[in-house]
Amino acid sequence: MTPGVFEYHRPNKVEDVLALLAEFGDDGKVLAGGHSLVPMMKLRLAEPAHIIDINAIASLRGIREEEGMIVIGAATTQAEIMGSDLLNEKCRILPDAAALIADPQVRNCGTIGGNCANGDPGNDDPAIMLALNASYTLQNQAGQRQIAAREFYEAVYTTALAEDELLTEIHVPAPAKGTGMSYQKIKRKVGDYAIAAAAVTLSMSAGQCTDAAVALTNVGDTALLSLEAAEAIKGSAVDARAIDRAADAAMADCEPVEDMRGTVEYRTAMVGEMTRRAIAEALSRVAGS
Amino acid sequence: MPSKKISLTINGEAVEADVEARMLLIHFLREQLNITGPHIGCETSHCGACTVDLDGKSVKACTIFAVQADGGELLTVEGLANGAELHPLQEGFFQCHGLQCSFCTPGMLTRAYRLLQDNPNPSDEEIRMGLSGNLCRCTGYQNIVKAVRYAADKINQAEGAN
Repeated sequence: MTPGVFEYHRPNKVEDVLALLAEFGDDGKVLAGGHSLVPMMKLRLAEPAHIIDINAIASLRGIREEEGMIVIGAATTQAEIMGSDLLNEKCRILPDAAALIADPQVRNCGTIGGNCANGDPGNDDPAIMLALNASYTLQNQAGQRQIAAREFYEAVYTTALAEDELLTEIHVPAPAKGTGMSYQKIKRKVGDYAIAAAAVTLSMSAGQCTDAAVALTNVGDTALLSLEAAEAIKGSAVDARAIDRAADAAMADCEPVEDMRGTVEYRTAMVGEMTRRAIAEALSRVAGS
Repeated sequence: MPSKKISLTINGEAVEADVEARMLLIHFLREQLNITGPHIGCETSHCGACTVDLDGKSVKACTIFAVQADGGELLTVEGLANGAELHPLQEGFFQCHGLQCSFCTPGMLTRAYRLLQDNPNPSDEEIRMGLSGNLCRCTGYQNIVKAVRYAADKINQAEGAN
């Protein structure tokens, strides 16, 4: 399976990427990890005339903390996310989730920016970014804008990213002390997309939940933020009854379709179970985080 | 056809070639260079039969373009043995019956090589997770895990003796 003919570009600077995107429009595709794009090209479902490989651009990689924000370069690989001391200490939901994505070889290539930006509802990072209330830095030749992850996803493979824009950074508010987080994913086998998955962050103070977010993977056209599930645990002691109410709310909010990963009923039930598990684990992690 | 000159190191030898941009690394190795150790299995980046080591990382050569390996250092299963002396991993797969049909073996060996470079004394669980991108339809994996364990022990003993 060989992709169609294209011209290959490997710019060294972000400005050069932006110039190429402006020039080629819909004919140009950005190649980061390539493990979504190249399979599509092999099937001729994507036939870009120009491939813009961003792997030579060092400024698009790396993880740093500045002014209460964890800033992740869009071309940082999932393997680098897993190995990041900063993330493992301050935002472990990201390395935890990376370990559940694909397999070691794919994680050596696949990037967090690609996972967030390509719009596949099966991707794991979008729900986590919704739960963390992250934002994305989008650049084009005219400048840059910051958009909340919660406003980025529109439909399957449809996002707020314009043709001439490049996702350059992901900004995650550094979780405050007293915050716990967890990502729970059920899949058929190692490397598969989720049957259902839930990302939960919650903050506790004096035995009460002061803030929470619940987001779901692969049970709708996009990752879904379940405001009702979060409301069910906010203000509670996050006891079994509150957790059950949150799970019921998440199940009511999800919109899975029947496919080879299961029936609507099964996937809905798994949304409930993943939500329960993620809340319980996030709660258990509050003290240490 | 747009083509590009690339230069890289493969199993210690410098290689220069003209490649079409759309040529996948696995086709470049097998068809242009006759390096046929890395196999084409699923062609969808699932099975790992095409695994090679690029700049110290395991990758699937069916999902990378040859032009992306420009300037890189590549290791395939052909580069593991030292002359007639098998690499401890190859010896382990031989001694522990870590293969039956052997189609997956070059990818298993190349991936296990990098796993032991990164983690010289892995647990059985770490071996299984480390090889989770490589599918074997014959062995049931038990003997592959034993073979990697065998190699790790042999390498660690040799290093302990030095």
